[in-house]
Amino acid sequence: MTSWRIVVDHDLCQGHGVCESEAPDVFSVSKAGELTVLADSPRDGHRQAVEAAVKFCPTHALTIVEET
Amino acid sequence: MTTTVVPPRVSGEGDQAGTGHLEELRVDPIGLMERTRAECGDVGTFRLADRDVVLLTGPDANEIFFRAPEEELDQAEAYPFMTPIFGEGVVFDASPEERRKALHNQALRDKFMRGHAETIAAEVERMVARAPDGGDIDLLDWFAELTIYTSSACLIGQRFREQLDGRFAALYHDLEQGTDALAYVDPYADIESFHKRDAARVGLVQLVEAIMATRAAEPPPQRDERDLLDVLMSIRNDDGSPHFSADIITGMFISMMFAGHHTTSGTAAWTLIELLRHPDFLAEVVGELDTVAAEGAEVSYQALREMPKLEAAIKEALRLHPPLILLLRVAKVPLEVVGCAIPAGALVAASPTVSNRDPAAFDDPETFDPRRYLEPREDDLANPWSWIPFGAGRHRCVGAAFAMMQLKAIFCVLLRQFTFELTQPHDTYRNDHSKMVVQLAQPCGARMTPRTPNRALV
Repeated sequence: MTSWRIVVDHDLCQGHGVCESEAPDVFSVSKAGELTVLADSPRDGHRQAVEAAVKFCPTHALTIVEET
Repeated sequence: MTTTVVPPRVSGEGDQAGTGHLEELRVDPIGLMERTRAECGDVGTFRLADRDVVLLTGPDANEIFFRAPEEELDQAEAYPFMTPIFGEGVVFDASPEERRKALHNQALRDKFMRGHAETIAAEVERMVARAPDGGDIDLLDWFAELTIYTSSACLIGQRFREQLDGRFAALYHDLEQGTDALAYVDPYADIESFHKRDAARVGLVQLVEAIMATRAAEPPPQRDERDLLDVLMSIRNDDGSPHFSADIITGMFISMMFAGHHTTSGTAAWTLIELLRHPDFLAEVVGELDTVAAEGAEVSYQALREMPKLEAAIKEALRLHPPLILLLRVAKVPLEVVGCAIPAGALVAASPTVSNRDPAAFDDPETFDPRRYLEPREDDLANPWSWIPFGAGRHRCVGAAFAMMQLKAIFCVLLRQFTFELTQPHDTYRNDHSKMVVQLAQPCGARMTPRTPNRALV
């Protein structure tokens, strides 16, 4: 069984909140623009939404890391 | 132990009594920057009056430039030509941390983008509705006016936008033209463009004052119709007097709109010019728009995100014609960059124009080739420290996503309804580099013709 997790480059994140729009169960961005990952290793049901968050992140601050 | 050297100096400085490379920067900044890289490599120095500017180029030096925190490379003192435009005490009187927060404009948050996409499309519809049968336009004037309406509507509010007309755009243009590099010697020097700049700012304050007076005399708007101006006007001192003067509010609005105005306007014009110079790719873009955004369908945010060919054309226009050609910081501490020592107090610069055409990063760098952004090439993602029209790293333009969405929305409306042609020889379109704010040189004509005369516009 494979698992995966999300890595955030906080140097790049500007808090636009695209990830929160794509996957609100996984990402939360405060009014001040601080990103919190609610679930570092989310369930597979969230995979598609997280992939959209990675793709559309305007600063390319998100990556999915596969773990075996 | 590593040894560091003093950065080499580029030729053409003249004698010490003179202003160094200032005159060349005011006439041919790209030639100066390209020569600096050619003669000095990744780190080279030119002189602006009594200050040295250390120009960093190449991905290694750029990465250091863009990763440096504000405490090392600071923007505040680097743009003296902006203070007379924004006004004293508006933008750069805050700490780096406060500025980071202030820069994080709530209006740029993703959750507002869907609404912005509709607002922008509606503004383009209004501009084209003035001349439904098309006609000749000046690309600079047309896109500069359009982007005054889009940025004011999105960033300040629809109510404020409705109280603007072409006068605001014309005054704003004079402000942007008041960015002569001579400001590095004296921001209030006795030259025509600075006089026009100061008169334009006074004119803008008067327009905003008149809008404020009208509002003060009217009953307050419904809460959900309030815009940023209503909010600012509602803030009162303890004695009941207004907290913000028209002068301060105008300065805030000018500064909020500044970064996204000439940049977006110029990129829209250059995207159109390059597409008209490359009709094969234009046909592909129009085909994409006709497929993705079906006839009559409104411009949706989701549709705008999935337009790889249009996006590639915009990215390539940005690479070849970056609206900002020189990004500046002040070194707050001594720095070492790829073996060169930069003293505290020096101006440090990066150049999107030079880096975007680095042959080490881009095949055939002088050629308009939007396919370089399509999968699997993705030259922009592969070269994050060379493809820098929006800057890079932690300092990357916070409005980049908004700008890209805005440009797509503009072309989504324009190219589905009109065909365009250039009315001048194709090689006569060029930028005017005599000011720090680069604008298209006039004349820059184009003709628009409706694609199908009876097409529904909604």
